[in-house]
Amino acid sequence: MNKPDIIKIAILAVGGQGGGVLTGWIVALAEANGWRVQSTAVAGVAQRTGATIYYLELCPMGPRAPVLALAPAAGDVDILIAAELMEAGRAVLRGFVTPDRTTLIASTHRIHAVSEKIVPGDGQAPEERIFAAMERSAKHLIAEDFQRIAVQAGSVISASLFGALARSEVLPFPRRSFVDVVRSSGRSAEASFRAFEAALTDDRQEGEVAATGQLPPAGPESLVAAWAALEARVSALPDPVQQMATTGLRHVVDFQDLSYGEEYLDRLDRFVAIDEGPFDLSVTAAKYLANAMVYDDVVRVADLKTRRARFARVREDMRLGTGDVAHITEFMHPRIEEACGTLPAPLGAWIEARPRLARWLDRRINKGRKVRTSGLFWFAALYVVAGLKRWRRSTYRHRIEIRHLDDWMDLAITTAAEDRALAAEVLACRRLIKGYSDTRTRGESKFNAVLQALPLLKDRSDAADVLRRLREAALQDEHGNALEAELKAFASAAAAS
Amino acid sequence: MAERSFAKEVQHLRIGAGQEFRGEGILAITKALLECGVGYVGGYQGAPVSHLIDVLSDAEDILNDLGVHFEANASEAAAAAMLAGSVNYPIRGAVTFKGPVGANVAADALANLSSGGVMGGAMVILGEDYGEGSSIMQERTHAFATKSQLWLLDPRPNLPSIVKAVRDGFELSEASNTPVILQVRIRACHVYGSFTARDNQRPPVTVRDALEDPRRRTERITLPPFTYRHEVEKVAERMPAASRFIEERQLNERFGGDGEIGIIVQGGMYNGVIRALQRLELADAYGESDIPLYVLNVTYPLVDTEVLAFCSGKRAVLVVEEGQPAYIEDAIAALLFRHQASCALVGKGPLPMAGEYTGTVLMDGVTAFLREHADDLLPHVHRVTNGQAAESVDPELERTVPIRPPGFCTGCPERPIFAATKLVEENLGPHHIAGDIGCHLFSILPPFEIGSTTMGYGLGPASAAALSAKGARRSISFIGDGGLWHNGLTSSIGNAVYNESDNVIVVVDNFYSAATGGQDVPSSRADNTSRSTHHPIADAVRGLGVRWVREVDRTYDVNRLKNLLTEALTTEETGPKVIIASSECMLNKQRRERPLRNDAIKSGARVVVPRFGVDEDVCTGDHACMRLSGCPSLSVKTLDDPLRDDPVAAIDESCVGCGNCGEVADAAVLCPSFHRVDVVHNPRPWDRFASRVSNLCIGSLQHWRDRRRLVFEERG
Repeated sequence: MNKPDIIKIAILAVGGQGGGVLTGWIVALAEANGWRVQSTAVAGVAQRTGATIYYLELCPMGPRAPVLALAPAAGDVDILIAAELMEAGRAVLRGFVTPDRTTLIASTHRIHAVSEKIVPGDGQAPEERIFAAMERSAKHLIAEDFQRIAVQAGSVISASLFGALARSEVLPFPRRSFVDVVRSSGRSAEASFRAFEAALTDDRQEGEVAATGQLPPAGPESLVAAWAALEARVSALPDPVQQMATTGLRHVVDFQDLSYGEEYLDRLDRFVAIDEGPFDLSVTAAKYLANAMVYDDVVRVADLKTRRARFARVREDMRLGTGDVAHITEFMHPRIEEACGTLPAPLGAWIEARPRLARWLDRRINKGRKVRTSGLFWFAALYVVAGLKRWRRSTYRHRIEIRHLDDWMDLAITTAAEDRALAAEVLACRRLIKGYSDTRTRGESKFNAVLQALPLLKDRSDAADVLRRLREAALQDEHGNALEAELKAFASAAAAS
Repeated sequence: MAERSFAKEVQHLRIGAGQEFRGEGILAITKALLECGVGYVGGYQGAPVSHLIDVLSDAEDILNDLGVHFEANASEAAAAAMLAGSVNYPIRGAVTFKGPVGANVAADALANLSSGGVMGGAMVILGEDYGEGSSIMQERTHAFATKSQLWLLDPRPNLPSIVKAVRDGFELSEASNTPVILQVRIRACHVYGSFTARDNQRPPVTVRDALEDPRRRTERITLPPFTYRHEVEKVAERMPAASRFIEERQLNERFGGDGEIGIIVQGGMYNGVIRALQRLELADAYGESDIPLYVLNVTYPLVDTEVLAFCSGKRAVLVVEEGQPAYIEDAIAALLFRHQASCALVGKGPLPMAGEYTGTVLMDGVTAFLREHADDLLPHVHRVTNGQAAESVDPELERTVPIRPPGFCTGCPERPIFAATKLVEENLGPHHIAGDIGCHLFSILPPFEIGSTTMGYGLGPASAAALSAKGARRSISFIGDGGLWHNGLTSSIGNAVYNESDNVIVVVDNFYSAATGGQDVPSSRADNTSRSTHHPIADAVRGLGVRWVREVDRTYDVNRLKNLLTEALTTEETGPKVIIASSECMLNKQRRERPLRNDAIKSGARVVVPRFGVDEDVCTGDHACMRLSGCPSLSVKTLDDPLRDDPVAAIDESCVGCGNCGEVADAAVLCPSFHRVDVVHNPRPWDRFASRVSNLCIGSLQHWRDRRRLVFEERG
């Protein structure tokens, strides 16, 4: 039978990525080379940030029109272009990538789905499974972060993917025609061409692929010397604990001062004293003690917002040069709780014990404030607040935090006497406390709910495991529904046994 | 202004006989209408025929030149009613809308039109929104054709066939005095291809001629006693006339040889079936096959004689008919039974009863049919790649790849409306919330999960009518500006006023019919040269008798919306409470403003461009902000910090600086990690000076502090 070759190309993209543009370029490319081409898409609301598919069939021009399909079929795709990593996974899942024929061109960057973003814990889909699936399913694989390549060239991903298509050399068209198509693509042709060209090769100029890591702290000599003394204490810790302890110590000293770092190490020592190899409990303690001691009070926020490094980071994020002018506006919403927290402990406690007064004050304070920290006035205001650091230890907030910290630590130490693994899980529950205002309150109540299960776990060999499961459940949703279900299941199982 | 402009493409509509026309399916249909001497066109937008309305709007000059009247109808009912122009005059008319939801709205007019019949060719170009990417309930428009007796054309999905179907459809309509539906599936609407054009024709009788010389035929009006005669006429005259025409003009096609098995296929399914046969090595690239094929380019009415002739002498026939109920298969089964034919009829079975007939489904179905009834034709079936893919798929992969339904775009002005609603519910408890049709229905999905039902376009508030009790917690219903002007003003607002509803109605006004591609509506704020815009929604609802009306002209003001919603839910005022929340659709706004802005920057003008950012060390990774947003530009990022368990929030370069993040952080008292950066392009000397001074002061303050403490920095 007469059988001209039909080349089948599917493009999987997220709505808004410009899959239509890429489709149009491939059409133009094929037509410029005298080929017949048919393209289709499912447009409409499906394109509003959802997963979309574009589909093309190409064949040499002949006297008769061939019958071309309007949608890709599993096992019948020659070139699959995925404009995002999970879309590449979806392509494999739908059978559009098969080892006998499919060239898979995938951008490895992530556009997270809403379901991945709204989890209070870490909801990100594991990427390695997608990479494994791509390797396994594709005949030929070109996987790179084409989004970054495009952005670096000041363009959009359709251009870099088109470059990758040229690079794959699966289409029987000369590179010259690819270039012509991009060159004549309208107002942003120049940027498109740069992205196209950058994607033609996998020879990336990574710049200085700098080794990441911690630099020794800079500062006045006396402080650096005192820091060295603390570091010496860390060196005396068991090997496995040292790395986390250093990180924790930096975090804590950065938050307050060197003597606060000393307190940190004192606390850590209590765990090390009752721990033994492989020192999992101590490592966990090093991590969560630091997180607990570095709480998010007004002073810390003001400090972080006014730092030199922060200004540099913002300018870098926005890709600003030295001469560029930009203004930074912060969105603050202080409440009476934050105000009281910053007051000396007795005064703060006194106000909070008087709900009517607290409410009256709250009405004056509780308001969204947009402040321009790139301007001198508000920078100075925040700068002064950051300077309150020296009195932090006497604030009401500090008293609350340290009491909470000590209770939690004592609980962990007591637990460790019977079950060290369980004690580590108790410490890890600190992960539940995060966020500000209501979010934090919810986190605290989850933290309490999980730890309240502790008495029920007495003498159980799987106690640590159960507590870990409860914590993971608490991180699944905002309102703690999964945790509640898990607690119920656990309670009824405990009652039955 | 529509989201997509066809200003360039419509110039192709002018080409003449013999030239090659290249473009999308809908553009080809427009060209075919002009070639057929259509006298008037209209319709209502909706995927997949939105672009047809856009094309017609952009082609208004060409239409005017030819004396063709174009109406951007208020609804599908209005569009279908417009076909009344062909009842008493020999004028061809065509309207377009989506199916079956558009046909649902149009049903009243379609039934009346079909009863009396038409003189000029009357055609509904119907975009069948079925299968992948569809945003509506899955049904078939076929039922409308059979119940009201309109002929249903379902051409093969290539441009020449679709164009031919337009021509055939008008003639069929005129030959049988019956309106026709030209059904085009979603992919065919967007298929890019080519066909050989003919010259455009001026309508022999224009609407202007008709107005100057009005005519009436009483017996065509749908009123007893004529209605009884219409019913008889339908079966005794119009149906036979149609069958004759279809047969004589060979609108249905026969392909392939004379084998003992055969396939009867809806025209729209033809390419998919041929692809399956190609993969089974039973057809070549051009669709040449030994297997007999009977292609129904007209799926209603069936031509009995043709069907019987095709089935006679065959052992088994496969009917490929997408969707359910299986109207065609059932009709053929009845026909064969009545004529005691011996042929086995197969359809739903090897092919699924429900769902889109994708390439894979057709491949499996055709293979199963052949294996059962013509195994000898299938020597190579095990060699084809089908099935291989499924085996190698990792079951873990299925759990890994997240679903990605459509949602609000980056910077969408509707997002803060639902963030405010969510916050109000946190204070006042959950309420019954009714949704409507439009982009705003994305609220039902995470992260908002707002809305319990959607009952149709413009029917949101109407659908909350049952849940109404004096003094009880009030319901909230949403309706878009598109839905409001389509049907909602009377069915929802008028209904609420008349029934003294105390409930709350939120009109989501984004200046366009945005979900369908940004077509203008009466309340649009753009100046439209050929349509009347700038009609305030507030005037309309007040005119209907709503006393409590509040307008918000910046939906990103979450606090204001929160307060208004709270007030609406708690006020003593009786009668419906209507909040009109207005901000322009960001997609349209960006399309319009971004090029202008870029030009301004290029030309050296001072332009301030806002973008949001997150301070990653202030962010605690609780993701509360994302649970009130879902914005594509606000996402998560894993930090290289062993102290962190969870990823932090991050905003990428696609941020349009709409302001939602900051407003929500304020209204919900989230965290202080958000900041807005206003980049000043082409700063003036004063900008530079002021910036330099404050940078200098800030720098020295920072330096002063850094000299008195330890500064920890990371490499890299």
